[in-house]
Amino acid sequence: MTSIHPDQATAQRLAGLARQATPPPVLDPKTGDGTLIDDPAVRPPLVLNNRSFGEITDIVCGYAENKPPRWWLPVFLHAFGLAQLGGLFILYLVITGIGTWGLNNQVDWAWDITNFVFWIGIGHAGTLISAILCLLKQKWRTAVNRAAEAMTIFAVICAATFPGIHIGRQWMAWFLPPIPNANAIWPNFKSPLLWDVFAVSTYGTVSALFWFMGMIPDFATLRDRADRRLRLNPEGSPYILPFVKIRADQARAYIYGVFAMGWRMSSRHWHRYEAAYLILAGISTPLVLSVHSIVSFDFATSILPGWHTTIFPPYFVAGAIFGGFAMVLLLLIPARELYPNMKDLLTLRHIENMAKILLTTGMMVGFAYSMEFFIAWYGGNKYEVAAFVNRATGPYWWAYWTMITCNVISPQFFWSKKLRTNVVAVWLVALAVTIGMWFERFVIIVTSLHRAFLPGEYHMFHPTLVDIMVFAGSFGVFLTLFLLFLRFLPVFPIAEIKAVLPQASPHAHGHGEHDSHGSAGAHGSAGAHGHGDAGQATHAKGGH
Amino acid sequence: MAVSVAAQKTVYMTENNEQVHGILAEFASPADLYHAAEKVRDAGYDKWDTYTPFPIHGMEEAMGIKRTILPVFVFFGGMTGAGLGFLMQWWISTQEYQMMVQGKPFGDFASGGWQNFVPITFELGILLSAFTAIIGMFALNGLPRHNHPLMKKERFLASSDDKFFICIEAGDAKFNPEKTRDLLERAGATSIELVEE
Repeated sequence: MTSIHPDQATAQRLAGLARQATPPPVLDPKTGDGTLIDDPAVRPPLVLNNRSFGEITDIVCGYAENKPPRWWLPVFLHAFGLAQLGGLFILYLVITGIGTWGLNNQVDWAWDITNFVFWIGIGHAGTLISAILCLLKQKWRTAVNRAAEAMTIFAVICAATFPGIHIGRQWMAWFLPPIPNANAIWPNFKSPLLWDVFAVSTYGTVSALFWFMGMIPDFATLRDRADRRLRLNPEGSPYILPFVKIRADQARAYIYGVFAMGWRMSSRHWHRYEAAYLILAGISTPLVLSVHSIVSFDFATSILPGWHTTIFPPYFVAGAIFGGFAMVLLLLIPARELYPNMKDLLTLRHIENMAKILLTTGMMVGFAYSMEFFIAWYGGNKYEVAAFVNRATGPYWWAYWTMITCNVISPQFFWSKKLRTNVVAVWLVALAVTIGMWFERFVIIVTSLHRAFLPGEYHMFHPTLVDIMVFAGSFGVFLTLFLLFLRFLPVFPIAEIKAVLPQASPHAHGHGEHDSHGSAGAHGSAGAHGHGDAGQATHAKGGH
Repeated sequence: MAVSVAAQKTVYMTENNEQVHGILAEFASPADLYHAAEKVRDAGYDKWDTYTPFPIHGMEEAMGIKRTILPVFVFFGGMTGAGLGFLMQWWISTQEYQMMVQGKPFGDFASGGWQNFVPITFELGILLSAFTAIIGMFALNGLPRHNHPLMKKERFLASSDDKFFICIEAGDAKFNPEKTRDLLERAGATSIELVEE
């Protein structure tokens, strides 16, 4: 037995205090960090530096257990301040009325619904990654799915705010769901707006369930680590506050323990867990497609030129995936640079794959933009032609061309492998796409409304300070929640990442991780068995 | 180790007069655990389990776990959600509160008004399926349960990190302190210990 505990050695190595046990592999410069292999016969590694199971646990739990990086608190306080400011403007809006927004009789939906569709669209990437990529057995999803799911939920929270405050008399918001009431009145089930209430609330609930269920084993890991540290050294953990005599590890063991639901890593439990996970993935796939389709019905079922098109559902869904992946990249690229060892889990290949998805979905929305023009001309509807010509050349031409530049032109850079594996370039394109996708919704909503059928209905929309601050506040809420997620929750699915490591296969040779022999010996085992003979014998017998 | 015979089955007690929960054995790698699980399965044990930091591919087969009934639950949950969702909309729109909007039908079948109810029917079907899947998973797993005899073992806590375990419970008809221990040793356990209830 060595004088130093294996966990301690790992911790030192991860902190850069001790020499790496294995020298980093020599990489082909063409493969970036070693994952950009074009040969389909070679399976590129999903996790770099031959991380063992224990190292994965240490890295991911470290984000939640160690002191946050120095930038965390100032950034958090700014984001939280922005959220508070947005909250104050919402309070002002509720007290004063919807007239404080720049809405008018004709343009009666503007930034509020733009922001709603923008945020709900961003929320789609998470479920796409966790559900559709799960069904397609895309193992690389394990590195991004937890953060993307978190983002989904935070984006849905931001999205749900806007229709909630847009209804005018916000204290009557409980009229949205069908609740029996003393007036004996009920909602109108023929209205797509009510479908939207059900779609968004179902989506938010199912996404939250999916996210929570995915985190249960990781909560158990965090609980067990805190519990183990407390047993080894009850005095070892600091008090959470000088005057609150609760130790940090006690709080962790208790709080993570409650959310872990008593999970104890049992294979019989894993079996049902995996079944439930697959079912949730299966039902979330049509759900995610339905939600943005139903959001698009809000527009498509009207008779307004520019809204009344059948292409809207697929076009909105493609746009949602496009905007959602842009937001995932926007947040994870900086996180990957700022947190230690995150590059081992979130490799260049992940970035490249998401850049390819941006390129594909960007072409889909580009196709939809051109198809809208084509159908307006081909359908022979002069109002529709006028609406689309007005979009491109009317008073809001700058919004339209911002959208085209950001959404159609900027992803074209990703035809170049050099650019889609350059994190700065990817981040800049993701930023452009996020801006472009906001403008897309603005163009759809405002340019369609500001020129209706009669010249008497022609009006312009000008945002007010309240419009701007409520939107900025929603970014504050989103960032606040995301920073809290980075600080306190398992940012990567620990169990899922371990399961895709090469040594996780029960049929792997060399008996799994390289240090397992050492640590097993350190435990002072009861019966030392010859791994070689026994292992070989059972291999021959149990192979199937 | 003292042995006392209860009404039906044997209850094993430790020297400290604590009831035995089972025997816990640690294995070095997923492959070792997998092959050990096959041996325990073939030895005919019933009340036992393996504990792994992540779901090991093919472990159901190695342990002889039957396919879960959960999908059937979810099917009925989803159908209930969709059915009740449709019924609610039909009842409100045609029976309780008829609302004439833009001359559209109220929701009766003959005029095709039921088509309006499709999106919400679908959403509520999904909603109840999701709840059934997660609540059903917990119920079948006997969770939430915030303590367990195994969690008293410090060594066992590493099962959520990088260690692999088999626990054969004393409640199993074939459980025998010596023979069970011997089986686990022969299966390649790196350490074996007794777990108290």
